[in-house]
Amino acid sequence: MSVGSNGHALRVDGIRKSFGALEVLRGIDLDVREHEVVCLIGASGSGKSTFLRCINLLEEVDAGRIFIEGEEITAGGVDVNRIRQRIGIVFQAFNLFPHMSVLRNVTLGPVEALGMSRTQAEAAADELLGRFGLLDKRDDYPDRLSGGQQQRVAIVRALAMRPDVMLLDEVTSALDPELVAEVLNVIRELASSGMTMVIATHEMGFARDIANRVCFLDGGVILEQGPPDRIFSSPEHERTRRFLQSIIDAGRM
Amino acid sequence: MSASGPPGPEDTELVPGQGDRRSRILGRPNRPDRPRAEGRRAVLIAVASTIVFLAVAVVVIVNSAGWPQVKQSFFNGTQFRESLPDIARAFLVNVRLFVIAEAFILVLALFVAVLRSLPGPVFFPIRVMAVVYTDLFRGIPTVLVVYTLGFGVPALQLEGVPTSPFFWAVVSLVLVYTAYVAEVYRAGIESVHPSQLAAARSLGLSRWKAMRFVILPQAIRRVVPPLLNDFIGLQKDTALVASIGVVEAFRQAQIDSAATFNFTPFLAAAMLFVLVTIPLARFTDWLILRGRRRREMGGVG
Repeated sequence: MSVGSNGHALRVDGIRKSFGALEVLRGIDLDVREHEVVCLIGASGSGKSTFLRCINLLEEVDAGRIFIEGEEITAGGVDVNRIRQRIGIVFQAFNLFPHMSVLRNVTLGPVEALGMSRTQAEAAADELLGRFGLLDKRDDYPDRLSGGQQQRVAIVRALAMRPDVMLLDEVTSALDPELVAEVLNVIRELASSGMTMVIATHEMGFARDIANRVCFLDGGVILEQGPPDRIFSSPEHERTRRFLQSIIDAGRM
Repeated sequence: MSASGPPGPEDTELVPGQGDRRSRILGRPNRPDRPRAEGRRAVLIAVASTIVFLAVAVVVIVNSAGWPQVKQSFFNGTQFRESLPDIARAFLVNVRLFVIAEAFILVLALFVAVLRSLPGPVFFPIRVMAVVYTDLFRGIPTVLVVYTLGFGVPALQLEGVPTSPFFWAVVSLVLVYTAYVAEVYRAGIESVHPSQLAAARSLGLSRWKAMRFVILPQAIRRVVPPLLNDFIGLQKDTALVASIGVVEAFRQAQIDSAATFNFTPFLAAAMLFVLVTIPLARFTDWLILRGRRRREMGGVG
């Protein structure tokens, strides 16, 4: 923790983002403490993914500021590569590199971005792969793996950078139902090891289970936030109630 | 669908309609579950119809009024045997031309393609230059480039600038084909799904490293068949440098033919070109087929 972060791993201050005429984020504020797990819920198109991509600087914000450990990352002239090394992101569609073995997927960042030696990076990768039950897959190519295995490799790839914060963007949405659990278990383990995480998810049971705080995004703003028990059992806003009702109606909670 | 991402442009065939050649030639859809006997019957029909077609063509040509003269001037066995060694020796010049040129083309075209895909307003002038270059050299007929450079530059009599026609022949072919091949590479780069770049950049890799380790390896693998296709084109176009006095196979055939008033040397030259290009064409088809099979096998997990 650096000086001036006040225990905040991540601080987001009024960020806005438009794509053409479409305003996707309309002023989002969010403070995430170290070791905190924040789940973002909300309908498709509510801005969850865009929000995470903005934090990772994959999208440029139109207004507002973002701080990681007290350092502003939206300021002009910051080294985006150095910032991204501190923020791991896992995508819905895994986005593994199909032309590289699992091991190479995991070591590419540490070797090429962090300048780690290959031996060192591979030792660290083996340890992580072992921890998540993937060591026997280290020499396989992504297309030989199941979706669940691929997503676990993607999580390991992000972890290998030893990030301060992990952003998970609907990481189970592209998976067959029977593969969801293995990925969620990995995230549970991460949470229990104290990793700071911001998780966009449609898995309400999981969010209730793992989150310290749940944020309901609607129309590009955080409409309501609080401990999962309160959000799920007595939401204040009508829109939050309707969203949760639609999830219950769909049999997904 | 590819296993590592959503269905996207990466799954599109870069060379349409060049798939399973055998099934296309045999005129039946590619259905692996087709019973064996039926497959054998299709082959028999194909063979029979080919034989009939060729027989009819031969009969028509041989019985045409001008055949004796044509046979004498294009299919003269003695003439063929006499000129073939000369032309084969000259053909080595073509081989040297296309091997040297291709080596430069593959590297320079990749460079142009990467320049053209640089993002942001800062690189606008570089992108414009790349676009102007590719437009220009794809638009000018190769023979005009060969002529202009081959005769024009040596005529300037500049100190230290080579005057050898061979040198300017290589330069011309490199200029023209780099423009084509750059476009092939660019298509490959653009066929790699943007999520791959996002994933690479999210690890903190610079744009250049993301290009080098993630985008280009996938892009190049996908464009190998069209690259080989352009290589075949280059091999044939080496004949164009005859126009500035490089004695290669075509020029040698012209010389022989002028001495004997017989066109058989051209046939010998044509045969040599075909001998080189056909194996490459088959190899290209095989690569495309293999790529398709791999795609079909992938993504089961």
